[in-house]
Amino acid sequence: MAERRGRRRAEAPRTRRRRTPAAGLQPETALDLLTTMWRIRCFEERVAKLHHSLQVHGLVHLSIGSEGVAAGVCRQLRDDDAVYSGHRAHGHALAKGAPMDRVMAELMGRSAGLCQGLGGSMHLVDAEHGLMGATGVVGGNLPMAAGDALASRLRGSDRVTVVFFGDGAVQAGHFHETVNLAALWELPLIFVCENNGMAEFTPRSAHTKVASVADVVAPYGFERQIVEGADVGAVRTAFGAYLTQARTGAGPFLLECSTHRRSGHYEGDQQSYRDALADAEWAQLDPIARLEALAIEHGWIDEATARRLTAEADAEVNRAVQFGRDSPPLTAEQAAGLVYAS
Amino acid sequence: MTETTYVKAINGALAQAMREDERVIVVGEDVAEGGPYLATEGLSAEFGRERVRNTPISEGAVCGIAVGAAQAGLRPVVEIMFIDFITLALDQLVNQAAKAHFMSGGQLSVPMVLRTQGGSGGRAGAQHSQSLEAWLTHIPGLKVVMPATAADAAGLLRSAIADPNPVVFVENKALYFRRESVADVAEPVALGRAQVRRRGRDVTIVALSRLVGEAMTAAERLAADGIEAEVIDPRTLVPLDLETIAASVRRTGRAVVAHEAVRTGGFGAELAAELQAAAFDYLDAPIQRVGAPFMPVPLSPPLEDGYRPQSDEIYAAARHAVQWADVEEPVPAGELGAGPTE
Repeated sequence: MAERRGRRRAEAPRTRRRRTPAAGLQPETALDLLTTMWRIRCFEERVAKLHHSLQVHGLVHLSIGSEGVAAGVCRQLRDDDAVYSGHRAHGHALAKGAPMDRVMAELMGRSAGLCQGLGGSMHLVDAEHGLMGATGVVGGNLPMAAGDALASRLRGSDRVTVVFFGDGAVQAGHFHETVNLAALWELPLIFVCENNGMAEFTPRSAHTKVASVADVVAPYGFERQIVEGADVGAVRTAFGAYLTQARTGAGPFLLECSTHRRSGHYEGDQQSYRDALADAEWAQLDPIARLEALAIEHGWIDEATARRLTAEADAEVNRAVQFGRDSPPLTAEQAAGLVYAS
Repeated sequence: MTETTYVKAINGALAQAMREDERVIVVGEDVAEGGPYLATEGLSAEFGRERVRNTPISEGAVCGIAVGAAQAGLRPVVEIMFIDFITLALDQLVNQAAKAHFMSGGQLSVPMVLRTQGGSGGRAGAQHSQSLEAWLTHIPGLKVVMPATAADAAGLLRSAIADPNPVVFVENKALYFRRESVADVAEPVALGRAQVRRRGRDVTIVALSRLVGEAMTAAERLAADGIEAEVIDPRTLVPLDLETIAASVRRTGRAVVAHEAVRTGGFGAELAAELQAAAFDYLDAPIQRVGAPFMPVPLSPPLEDGYRPQSDEIYAAARHAVQWADVEEPVPAGELGAGPTE
């Protein structure tokens, strides 16, 4: 069994990274993680621009800074494992296997989008790849994920359910109801918290007296661990251990990943409530910079390969934007036909 | 034929559905013990406590679990003990369940039934006696069913469980223990088909749930006065069989809509609006609405008895409609227009 005590944030990062510098990563795994993270980063940087030019619509929340969590978790999952995400879901969708062009088309409100342009940034679904729902209501995804895990239990399936949420969701009633039920029913459900220390515009300290999310679930007997989200190897290793157990029907688990939200709460947020990070500070909090440096240091990739990865990701984004632009929105009649299932 | 009650009919329909389809599960507070009205009595003995699951008092999460389990392919029937508590589950019902099919572009469906019961008369006060169905009819994506008889309760529940959409099944506590003869095996009753309970030529009474019986009583009194009322039970509010109701009103030229809910903003307002549009040229009197006054349900027995719409109010409304031409002179056209301006 993995350790049952929560690891406090202050204890977590550097010692762990130095002890296993490669964090259990094989070169090809590192390459896959880097590729995944660059695809997310390039996608979202482009989404920000498209949002400013009104080609991507609505409320858009970027995950720049927490790509390591999406990659470290989702790249280990099977298509039939379910992921429930929240309003900051682009990275989870891409890492889980949703095709980038259809994600982009969705954000642009086009019929070729994952959800035919009816969901948008906050409501991405790709059932084929196990992205069973992202919700714009903070915490609303938690009980649904528990229901998904219950379905696996009743069918005797080894599917695992993962639910992503931010630390802001932890103060919602649904969180506590779901944590209680997941523990009571011992569901094969892995809670992955991206704790960026901010709930919209205000810091965690303005919302709760409890230091960590791991502390909140402690009385329910969750196996839990806090890792540094920027250390994708650590995320991968910790999550992998939980995944192995959950495959046998065990659970629930909490993986709390401390991350940095590089951008505002949403695109257009002026962020008057906080100061920008210095570049050196950001370099330490950036999961891509960290893994890239590690990979070059170990000789898994060279500088040229690193540049190629970004260039390829950018090219894929360009193709995705064109794919979206080429697709018309649904007609009103087509949309009306989707209110009820038949 | 078998002698039964409304609540036993529901119990039988649940058992039948669970026997025929192992995806059907029953979830809710105390359901494995039968619940306060014994609607789920005996189910845990026959199907086990995995499929008939007691839950904590966590309506939000329990409803969400049903949504997630339904999206994963189960057919959950979740019980919210009193419709008053549906307030706690509205995020999951309204923001998640109702919109999943549409927002996912048709990828997801939520084949769940939320069973609950409303209505006054139990001396239970305003938090256990409401009729809140009109709220739910306002949400595209939900279906809303209100059976008035034991046979319909069983037949509509069969159809609701088989339906690929979230269905809110609103029972009435005052009907639970009324005795009725029904067919030995409940045949499904299609959603969206109104039932003409009594034929008549002079006035159409559209009544919901408990008030169907009250309308039948009123119709007997009206018949003694020489007025033949047609009584129609829509059975499902969404989808609504407007055609059957409108055809009746076009024939009788007069309509009374009656429900137990507060009249203001009640479903009767929707019925009246649709009927005036569908039968304007045929109406000989304004459509009459019967409903509770704009007041929370009072506890005091004489006050509650006076508050609840009964056959007397339906009778009076029907008389008023029939006598309309005699009691009200049409307003000359020149006097129409602005009301008091002071």
